[in-house]
Amino acid sequence: MSANAHAHLEDHHEDHGHHHKETFVTKYIFSQDHKMIAKQYLITGLIMGFIGIAMSLLFRMQIAWPGQSFPIFEALLGKWAPGGVMDADIYLALVTIHGTIMVFFVLTAGLSGTFSNLLIPLQIGARDMASGFLNMVSYWLFFTSSLIMVLSLFVEAGPAAAGWTVYPPLSALPMAQPGSGMGMTLWLVSMAIFIASSLLGSLNYIVTVINLRTKGMAMTRLPLTIWAFFVTAIIGVISFPVLFSAALLLIMDRSFGTSFFLSDIFIQGEVLHFQGGSPVLYEHLFWFLGHPEVYIVLLPALGITSEVMSTNARKPIFGYRAMVTSIIAIAFLSTIVWGHHMFVSGMNPFLGSVFTFTTLLIAIPSAVKAFNYITTLWKGNLQLNPAMLFSIGLVSTFITGGLTGIILGDSTLDINVHDTYFVVAHFHLVMGISALYGLFAGVYHWFPKMFGRMMNKNLGYVHFWVTAVGAYGVFFPMHFVGMAGVPRRYYENTAFPMFDELTNVQVLITVFALIAASAQLVFVYNFVSSIFYGKKAEQNPWKSNTLEWTTPVEHIHGNWPGAIPEVHRWAYDYSKTDKDGEYVIPGQDFVPQVVPMGPDEEQLHH
Amino acid sequence: MTAFLTLGVLVLVAIAIWQLTKIFELSQIKKDDSQIANDNDNKYNGYLMFGFLVFIYGITIFSFYKYTKILLPQAASAHGDDYDFLMLVSFVIIFIVQTITQALLHYFAYKYRGGQGQKALYYADNNKLEVIWTMIPVVVLAGLILWGMYSWVNIMDINDEDDPIIIELYAQQFNWTARYAGQDNVLGEANVRLIDIDNVNVLGLDTSDTYAADDVIVKELHLPVGRKVNFKMRSQDVLHSAYMPHFRAQMNCVPGMITQFSYTPIITTEEMRQNPDVIDKVKRTNTIRAERALKGEPNSEPWEFDYVLLCNKICGKSHYNMQMKIIVETQEEFDAWMAQQKTFEQTVVSN
Repeated sequence: MSANAHAHLEDHHEDHGHHHKETFVTKYIFSQDHKMIAKQYLITGLIMGFIGIAMSLLFRMQIAWPGQSFPIFEALLGKWAPGGVMDADIYLALVTIHGTIMVFFVLTAGLSGTFSNLLIPLQIGARDMASGFLNMVSYWLFFTSSLIMVLSLFVEAGPAAAGWTVYPPLSALPMAQPGSGMGMTLWLVSMAIFIASSLLGSLNYIVTVINLRTKGMAMTRLPLTIWAFFVTAIIGVISFPVLFSAALLLIMDRSFGTSFFLSDIFIQGEVLHFQGGSPVLYEHLFWFLGHPEVYIVLLPALGITSEVMSTNARKPIFGYRAMVTSIIAIAFLSTIVWGHHMFVSGMNPFLGSVFTFTTLLIAIPSAVKAFNYITTLWKGNLQLNPAMLFSIGLVSTFITGGLTGIILGDSTLDINVHDTYFVVAHFHLVMGISALYGLFAGVYHWFPKMFGRMMNKNLGYVHFWVTAVGAYGVFFPMHFVGMAGVPRRYYENTAFPMFDELTNVQVLITVFALIAASAQLVFVYNFVSSIFYGKKAEQNPWKSNTLEWTTPVEHIHGNWPGAIPEVHRWAYDYSKTDKDGEYVIPGQDFVPQVVPMGPDEEQLHH
Repeated sequence: MTAFLTLGVLVLVAIAIWQLTKIFELSQIKKDDSQIANDNDNKYNGYLMFGFLVFIYGITIFSFYKYTKILLPQAASAHGDDYDFLMLVSFVIIFIVQTITQALLHYFAYKYRGGQGQKALYYADNNKLEVIWTMIPVVVLAGLILWGMYSWVNIMDINDEDDPIIIELYAQQFNWTARYAGQDNVLGEANVRLIDIDNVNVLGLDTSDTYAADDVIVKELHLPVGRKVNFKMRSQDVLHSAYMPHFRAQMNCVPGMITQFSYTPIITTEEMRQNPDVIDKVKRTNTIRAERALKGEPNSEPWEFDYVLLCNKICGKSHYNMQMKIIVETQEEFDAWMAQQKTFEQTVVSN
């Protein structure tokens, strides 16, 4: 199959000489080139990330100093912060939109969209995605949905405010909450478009990986990045349509009088006509996507980490096959654990047992991955570039955050920490911070490939260390707040004297959050200035084995100026030695995938 | 004002860091500007990795030292002790794993920091190791899963054994109402379509249902100590969650269906107020509140410990203040309190 594709692509290459002339619009805006689309995804994702993180700072300040007046609130929130005091409705809206933006727009599109687009063709040896056109449509749908989501912030009655999970009836009834009016409509429209974008992207990734691998690139030789993107795309295709149906049914309940999720409602002095629906059904549909979504966010980050860590450790990734098996096992299990978000939702308690079982199973492949990363570092020759630091940081937060999953995945223990700050701390560490670290690792590592220039490493170090300290400073103490019984999504905790003495912790958390966020400005500065003034990159700055580093620094349509290279080995022959203990290629500790196996060279991995 | 100061300091810190790196960069300009980590970078970041391990342990110890006291006091329900013990065991396991893995990760990052002439070991796989670290989590998790499931089944088995008292918890934006089943201990039928606010039928009881006549509707939850309580939860508008952290109890309230939870309170409010942890907590809290009172701030009246029912599912603007007091008392006190309450029938008639 891949041989055919290879032949086909060579044909494609033949008529590459007579180039159609690229205009500004076809090159930078409606581009069908995967490298440009990757950059579009990245920059859009980063802008959304800026908005999302800024929102979190606003509501963190409200939690730490409840009811205090801040001029910045008035400046940014306008009528929602009369006299600089944040309104309770806008607090919920900020929490909601922060979650939505970070999960979907930054960590799904910004992370997976960017690096799947950039790396899939480059690392499997393809000239472009299977369909450049669909790829372009996918980006522009994403852009449209981002635009609608941002516009929804300016709606008269305020944006959606029912939490990022938008459970009905709260999200269905404008009488229950002002944000459930026009704001929620736009939220749902935006998400529907986002899902379409994500599906087009995912289908493209799957087809490309299956069909367009270059000669010699067997599935067992794929870099782990590609395995991660491939499996991520598959779970996206399986689960996103379910969210689409949930959104669609919710739109119908809201606007067309159906009762899928609503029943027996008396609000503001009147009985509504809804009868027979169930909010629990919505929760099932939502989390059928919602849980795989966690892994849609996390797997690409883990894939990036595998690649970056192996390259910078100058060592093969430990347990390649176990890593692939873990990715597949995690992906499979991720589709049958959604009920652990619903232990106390009122669903049949028997299901609680089932979901406890499947949920704790998922800890096994996760543990295998963590141990494999640690063993990859063992006896390495670690090149501590910023990307490597973020990768190590990812493993650290992945372990810390993952371990508390043992508490939350246990239906019994979940009873008292469900929906408290304990949950917030857990998922921010295990998927939020970890995935962000994966994103940063990817940006620092492939920046030379994307922009032909290097990012400044010292600014990178400052960025990493301040962020790493800040992230633990925010989320470690937060577990204790949760175990003290503080519910999430409370505008202020002053209504309960039992929470009075926790205000100090909240202040500490907020200060760490402000410090960590300020470190992101260092990143923004580094990113933007390096695009224009960074040091020119050499072709293979990290001395990496994978195919993307065999392409020229200057981007060309079709990636390789000549024929597509053939692959002769897996991607992880770092520091491989022959029987005499000499490197396979004398004086060079890496053997790129395009180098044929030597006459008496042995394959030392399984 | 402190907020401004903090913000100002942060901005200054950011600027200082930026300037420092700028100076650092400028002083380095002639040496090596490849932007690829060199031996020096590896060395310093390797040390920092070790320092970071110390930081992780430090913040762990700090948090335990400073924040253990803010955690919830001893469980006040019969199943709560088992819950707390399972939680403790899980945490012990978590911290053992956390301590070891973080140590390995950061120590390796420090120990094997790169250098010129250093050679990495080509070590691609080892099935024995993979099997070992697959089996260890399997065994540990199997234990936790079985234990957790056993407790879960016990907690969620809501039955009518041991003569439980039946209480409905009724949620609406943004308050709670409790309905006792009365003499017959059977709740009368109810539906939101029967709500008649003008005739004080706020919970929509079916007036033709004889079981409803003796129901008692109150705004404060009183529970007799030592007697099992079967809660039936209802909501009239959006999702709410009845969260009773001191009893390790929580269940969502879902419009359109009746959800259930059951527990036996074992410590009265009075006894809990004598618990040393609670006495300390009240003391600390009242110090904070006294300071507020001096500054003329709100929420400053002295606090006395009470059990509380919170809403723990986002439900709208005043979600953060949807609560009801819970009072656990002796059977005699409970009976005396109950005798003062009007039944549904009496309220409707008196209206």
